[in-house]
Amino acid sequence: MSHIIEIKDLTFEYKREEDGKSVKALSGVNLNIEKGSFTAVIGHNGSGKSTLAKNMNALLLPSGGKVYVKGYDTADESKLWDVRQAAGMVFQNPDNQLVSAIVEDDIAFGPENLGIASDEIIRRVKGSLEAVGMYEYRKKAPHLLSGGQKQRIAIAGVIAMRPECIIFDEPTAMLDPHGRKEVMDTIRKLNKEEGITIILITHFMEEAALADRVIVIDDGDIAIDGTPKDVFVQVEKLRRIGLEVPIITDLAYRLRKQGIDVPIDIITAEEMVNYLCQ
Amino acid sequence: MSVKVENVTHIYHEQMPYETIALDKVNAEIENGEFVGIIGHTGSGKSTLIQHLNGLLKPKSGKIYINGVDITEKRIKTVEIRQKIGLVFQYPEYQLFEETVFKDIAFGPSNLGLPQSEIEERVYNAISLVGLDYDEVKDKSPFDLSGGQKRRVAIAGVIAMKPEVLILDEPTAGLDPRGHMEILNMIKKMHKIEKNSVILVSHNMGDIAELSDKIIVMEKGKIVLTGSPGEVFKNADYIENIGLGLPPAMILMRMLKQKGKNVDTDILKIDQAEKQILELLRSK
Repeated sequence: MSHIIEIKDLTFEYKREEDGKSVKALSGVNLNIEKGSFTAVIGHNGSGKSTLAKNMNALLLPSGGKVYVKGYDTADESKLWDVRQAAGMVFQNPDNQLVSAIVEDDIAFGPENLGIASDEIIRRVKGSLEAVGMYEYRKKAPHLLSGGQKQRIAIAGVIAMRPECIIFDEPTAMLDPHGRKEVMDTIRKLNKEEGITIILITHFMEEAALADRVIVIDDGDIAIDGTPKDVFVQVEKLRRIGLEVPIITDLAYRLRKQGIDVPIDIITAEEMVNYLCQ
Repeated sequence: MSVKVENVTHIYHEQMPYETIALDKVNAEIENGEFVGIIGHTGSGKSTLIQHLNGLLKPKSGKIYINGVDITEKRIKTVEIRQKIGLVFQYPEYQLFEETVFKDIAFGPSNLGLPQSEIEERVYNAISLVGLDYDEVKDKSPFDLSGGQKRRVAIAGVIAMKPEVLILDEPTAGLDPRGHMEILNMIKKMHKIEKNSVILVSHNMGDIAELSDKIIVMEKGKIVLTGSPGEVFKNADYIENIGLGLPPAMILMRMLKQKGKNVDTDILKIDQAEKQILELLRSK
């Protein structure tokens, strides 16, 4: 499989405002993201995970090392728009990402800026809204939609740019349970049906458990990298670095401590029920 | 301090194309020292309701009594209400603005015209209550703190006003798991020490079930359920129907019951689930 994103020895430093000292947010990260994969990135506040994400579409540029998106060096200014088009980004707050008074204008905004022909824009707007299940809302005003719906509009706006990869920076942090489910279902669908590479930064361990691969960032570097099961069996290590495991994994861990021979890699309620009912 | 909401109706954009009845004849009562959880999906009226409690919004009709005094009356000064009812908004750290943590927390008490010694004592107590070290943070810029610390400073700013009712709107949104636990433990501890009434708005059913004495469920501008966590979550099917979740422990127990296992589906906490499963396995 080919890599959509390649990160080599990435360091990122910034100057702290209070004393002008250099602080290392990322120190020598090496990471490849396979095309078509679904990767979750977890880590506590300040671990460097958002800095890593912003380096993946040239919102931030490396202080040292290289980041390649679809083969383009993100530090090569002449390739900036190729990088951004290949790797779209969706942020936490949907209200900060919507620009128009009508949903379909909002989706058309990106492609219009690329100078795409209008019949193609119309096709893209329709396709993007259908992909997030919001086509029937195309004539509505975004501010009258729910949080989950607004976030799906923001995602559709990114899809209309035809990215191969979308980086989600805590896309469900501000949503209610229903909105969270809408957005997570949309993300999984884009990955499975449209083949879009997904990088999901999240604080919700249950969301990370849905990915093919989970990367744990701690202190500016990768601490654990593996399948959700590989990662979440490391209950004590995760807790040491300030993270949690999904609630059901915690329950399995407690039961094991009571001498019950529960498989250690149980993550979902379904798996727990299957184990108990076998 | 007791709060009584009587027949309160609030309409946004009245007589406009987007007219919305945000609160529809709502009745609620919060007793002195009670810990109340409010749940409901986005747009159900939770935020509108809590903004009425400290006079940020005025009802179209109905009354709100704080310790028996109707705060919807014109002659009531909102400053007095806000001193008694502290409201911590979502993402309160966005409202930090001062040069130092001390100044930020002291801002409210200073505006009350308190003597300097009293202000210092309040800031000291508020910083301690939110679990930060006074000497370590007081001279720091709030903007140099971590996300979880910033949020605690913002909450301390409200606590320093010594509210008799503290309202928190999604106080853990966007925090990492450790930050989430820290804020919850802080709220628990503070409630125990101050014995004030606390109103917690949250989407996290596990937290709500664990902390609340009473839960208020809102849907389409109405209060549709109210009672102890046990009483409210007995209506599990209804709660799921209106788009809300259930505590994770309860979800697991319901799934086991469906598979024919003899378990109690009314449990709310994960340690209760652990106990039930142990019994289940040992009875095999």
